[in-house]
Amino acid sequence: MEGRFNWAGVIEFIPELGTGLYYTLLISIVGLLIGFILGAIFGLGRISKNKLFYGISAVYVEVIRGTPVLVQAIWIFFALPLITGYNMDSVMAGIVVIAINSGAYIAEIVRGSVQSIEKGQVEAGRSLGLSQNQTMRYIVWPQAFKRMIPPLGNQFIISIKDTSLLSVILVPELMFQGRLIASNYFNAVEIYTTVAVFYLFITLTLSYVLRIVERRLDVQ
Amino acid sequence: MIKVKDLHKKFGDNEVLKGIDCEIQSSEVVCVIGPSGSGKSTFLRCLNMLESITSGDVEVDGQNLKDPKTNINMVRTEVGMVFQQFNLFPHKTVIENIMLAPEKVRKISSSEARERGLKLLEKVGLSEKADQYPSSLSGGQQQRVAIARALAMEPKLMLFDEPTSALDPELVGEVLEVMKQLALEGMTMVVVTHEMGFAREVADRVLFMDEGIIMEEGKPEQIFSNPKSERTKEFLNKVL
Ligand SMILES: Nc1ncnc2c1ncn2[C@@H]1O[C@H](COP(=O)(O)OP(=O)(O)OP(=O)(O)O)[C@@H](O)[C@H]1O
Ligand SMILES: [Mg+2]
Repeated sequence: MEGRFNWAGVIEFIPELGTGLYYTLLISIVGLLIGFILGAIFGLGRISKNKLFYGISAVYVEVIRGTPVLVQAIWIFFALPLITGYNMDSVMAGIVVIAINSGAYIAEIVRGSVQSIEKGQVEAGRSLGLSQNQTMRYIVWPQAFKRMIPPLGNQFIISIKDTSLLSVILVPELMFQGRLIASNYFNAVEIYTTVAVFYLFITLTLSYVLRIVERRLDVQ
Repeated sequence: MIKVKDLHKKFGDNEVLKGIDCEIQSSEVVCVIGPSGSGKSTFLRCLNMLESITSGDVEVDGQNLKDPKTNINMVRTEVGMVFQQFNLFPHKTVIENIMLAPEKVRKISSSEARERGLKLLEKVGLSEKADQYPSSLSGGQQQRVAIARALAMEPKLMLFDEPTSALDPELVGEVLEVMKQLALEGMTMVVVTHEMGFAREVADRVLFMDEGIIMEEGKPEQIFSNPKSERTKEFLNKVL
């Protein structure tokens, strides 16, 4: 078996894999930031008494949750331009996919966390004369946010891994670079193993950071 | 201070309050007693609009709660409420719990709110707990903080919904003591309670509620030693 795989040769491809890593991180970070904003908005939509806001939020969440990310990516990159006449570059499309996809799941996380805050908390706030908005802002939201962190971390990890599917819409992320190299140099074992290790490195680092954040927020 | 006229409250088809009439004067202490499910909490919660009113009129401090022009948040600043489950804000320290509403609603400065809060903590005997979180306090201490939090808005009226029912028996006394003090200072109070000893000693008037109406009311001596209604007799026989 010795000598059959050229592990040392992987070094040669570090620049390409580095580019891939850069796009994976870029799309993950920007996509999840936007996803978080979408999630906060539509999560509140799903507990809103406003029928229109509720309706839009519900449709958004159900459509996105009910369709595969791969289909969403291909639809946004290949189909949407035919409708709008506007061509998005693949990185932009990748960010949009991750943002819209994670946004729907984050909306559910936001809704669940806000609804998990005991009714008595709101009543205590309102009985002191705080308005609905003040009660949300000072009492419900801070407590809900703390409860969101573990499921949010989970979703971040899922979305980071989902970026690998964006290789099909030609985003030059980690998986795309790996496929490119492996098909040119016939070193699938070495390259795909390295790619897997890169993903693992990102997700384990994130898990570690999240654990620290959780512990920090739990000091009381 | 409070005028209630023919108050009805329905949850769906379930009519919980079936015509309540009652007036409460300034500085009066009124205890509300009655069997479980008779509508005591619902009645209390209608007084600060935590429950909407189905029909009838409720006037608090001269303001009709059903009038769309009434600013309900303003009315609530005058009406303190203490809950069975305390409902302290777990993410805020004791002093922050007390300071929140005065700062955000009354818009007083943080240092003034703090000073006021510390005075109130002293009053309820918890000065040394100011910077702790509620979770490190006993139930009795938490309820005393909740009372201080309500008092920080300098309300004209305090509502208590079974403030000692969630407490271990040995912690009930310290909370009742604070409430008694408050009554002596002339606070207007409406207290839903199962503590008949407290009602007998502190109340100016006792309301006995049953099945959504006020079945009987009177001075505590009269209600406890010489109840007129059969239902009141039955209830008191069970609890005393
Ligand atoms: N939010 C609600 N929705 C529907 N029904 C309710 C609601 N709140 C109270 N009820 C019903 O109203 C009735 C009266 O309840 P309420 O809590 O006022 O009674 P109570 O006299 O305070 O009883 P307890 O001594 O057990 O606290 C009960 O039958 C209860 O099921
Ligand atoms: Mg009750």
